[in-house]
Amino acid sequence: MTANEPKVAVRRRGDVAVLDIVGDIDRTADAPLQQAYDQAVTDGGQAVLLNFGEVGYINSTGIAVIVSLLARARKERRVISAYGLTEHYRHIFSITRLSDFIGIYQDEDTAMGSAGANGAPAARGGAQ
Amino acid sequence: MSRRMKRDRWWRAPQSEPTDRGAAGSLERPPASMAEPGIAPNDPLLAYFSSAHSTVDLDTLDLDSPALEALRAEGTRLVVPLVSQGELIGLLRLGPRRSEQDYSHDDRKLLDDLAAHAAPAVRVAQLVRQQQAEIRDRERIEQELKVAQLIQQQFLPRELPDLPGWHVAAYYRPARAVGGDFYDFIELPDGKVGIVVGDVTDKGVPAALVMATTHTVLRGEALRLVAPGEVLKRANELLLDEMPPNMFVTCLYAVLDPTAGRLRFANAGHNLPNLRSEDGVTELRAAGMPLGLLPDMDYEEHEATLRPGDSLLLHSDGLAEAHSPDGEMFGFPRLAKLCGERDGGEALIDLLLAELASFTGQDWEQEDDITLVTLQRRAGVAVAEPVAEAATVTAAVADRVLDEFEVPSEIGAERAPAERVARAVAPLDLPASRMEQLKTAVAETIMNAVEHGNSGRPELPVAIRVTASETDLEVAITDQGGDRPIAESVDPDLEAKLTGEQGPRGWGLFLIRNMVDDLRISSDRLHHTVHLVMHLHDGNARRKVADDSE
Repeated sequence: MTANEPKVAVRRRGDVAVLDIVGDIDRTADAPLQQAYDQAVTDGGQAVLLNFGEVGYINSTGIAVIVSLLARARKERRVISAYGLTEHYRHIFSITRLSDFIGIYQDEDTAMGSAGANGAPAARGGAQ
Repeated sequence: MSRRMKRDRWWRAPQSEPTDRGAAGSLERPPASMAEPGIAPNDPLLAYFSSAHSTVDLDTLDLDSPALEALRAEGTRLVVPLVSQGELIGLLRLGPRRSEQDYSHDDRKLLDDLAAHAAPAVRVAQLVRQQQAEIRDRERIEQELKVAQLIQQQFLPRELPDLPGWHVAAYYRPARAVGGDFYDFIELPDGKVGIVVGDVTDKGVPAALVMATTHTVLRGEALRLVAPGEVLKRANELLLDEMPPNMFVTCLYAVLDPTAGRLRFANAGHNLPNLRSEDGVTELRAAGMPLGLLPDMDYEEHEATLRPGDSLLLHSDGLAEAHSPDGEMFGFPRLAKLCGERDGGEALIDLLLAELASFTGQDWEQEDDITLVTLQRRAGVAVAEPVAEAATVTAAVADRVLDEFEVPSEIGAERAPAERVARAVAPLDLPASRMEQLKTAVAETIMNAVEHGNSGRPELPVAIRVTASETDLEVAITDQGGDRPIAESVDPDLEAKLTGEQGPRGWGLFLIRNMVDDLRISSDRLHHTVHLVMHLHDGNARRKVADDSE
């Protein structure tokens, strides 16, 4: 663990594993995010909701980390959603097309409220 | 003498044809010169002849000398050194006597007398010939200088442009050897005028010819293309094929809109012009390599506004790089300071020349051509419309430098400099979203500079320069990786990344492009510079309004 890597806590809300991320999403975020995802899957989470509310900075390497996480989730047919992104990063998720594959919500309740019959938040597009 | 000694021969200058009329078999070839392999400069025979005071019988010599053996092999018996003022200037060589008798004492005496008379005469002949050659050389050089001057004068403008509300002055003084300075004014459509100041490396006729070609190319391209950066780029491509080796051209090209006082300029490695305004004297900076050096060069383009009362000086090396008797250089700081002391025009030119004269002293031989061109916007002249608009823009004259700093190449430390850039541009009141985009673009560009340009080597700095003009904000980020080409970027495709066809990374340049209005990359042998440009007056907003009104 490096000094600046973000802290990721995992909590369950129904079938959804919420990953509360605190810190920057850059090259140091890969290990903590993958580990948190491992834990979420082990705990039986059907869907993963990323909480970006305490994230101040995401760079291109951070985007790559998120892409890796998304690729893994799609292989395992798990849905990823997110909330708490600032307007700037929502814009970046839009131009990178990440928001085509990750449902983006204003806050946690909205994300949970959009949950489908299986309790997973509905992802827009992409998640076939 | 020829009756008795048929094989005598003057030692001759190298061009001599053998004129051996004597019997075959002896002197097939005259020793052409002391420097020829016949007598090597370090051959002891040479020293022996130099100090010999009379005719030398080769049979009596005992020297370890290749030249001696060669002479003997050629059949030479006697050598009469011709010495003038202690210097060996020639040899008289004799083969065996026809009678096959030995040379007598009288013969030798006669030869010695002859040598004593001949040596000074030969010396005089040599000096005359040498002098004639020097005169011919001098004449040739003078002739070349005349030709060079003629070419140069042919291409200097005969008259200065007459621009209402402006005063234009120019001064040109060639160095004796005639360098390759030139300047030009090109009438463009819409009342604009193109201004060129350039300098060809090298001197004389070759430089003058390159100058003539450059002049013609620039005139052609300036009328066809408008943007100064494009004109220089095209000129560079055209000149590249024409340029003799080891020559290149520095050149500043600016387009002046006299009505608005707007000057757009690009620079191919030429001296920076000095702008004098209320705010003091500033240098107008725009990066670019000299013309004719390397293919595919890009030229930065910038804009400055000259308000009434402002003036601009364009200049060549001849002034700033002149030296005092102590070897001190006149220098750009001194030049800039002097620009602040006169309003411009002839007054400024006179001041500069007077300062130069007192700096270099009386015995100075001008080292290089001196070219000075000044543009002065007359104070208090009311010009049609845009003046009012220009006046409302806060103090934006030339590109203002908002901040300039360097950071070490530290991976993962791009945020702090991005925040610093954000603080530097705070006075521009960018909308919050634009500010965030700028920060991301700067951070990503610094990351690229650190990881790729500088290969993560902490000792290599990344330089960041933040400037603003009336219309644009620019952040220039320079790394030290100019010797390596920038890798082609593949557009990231998220679906390909999710299926593993592309790696997950590779978002940097894509993000940068999407965050700023313009992205340009310039390179020289040592550096890459990425220029991030944001327009300060939001074009998108205007376009939106236009769309809505349709």
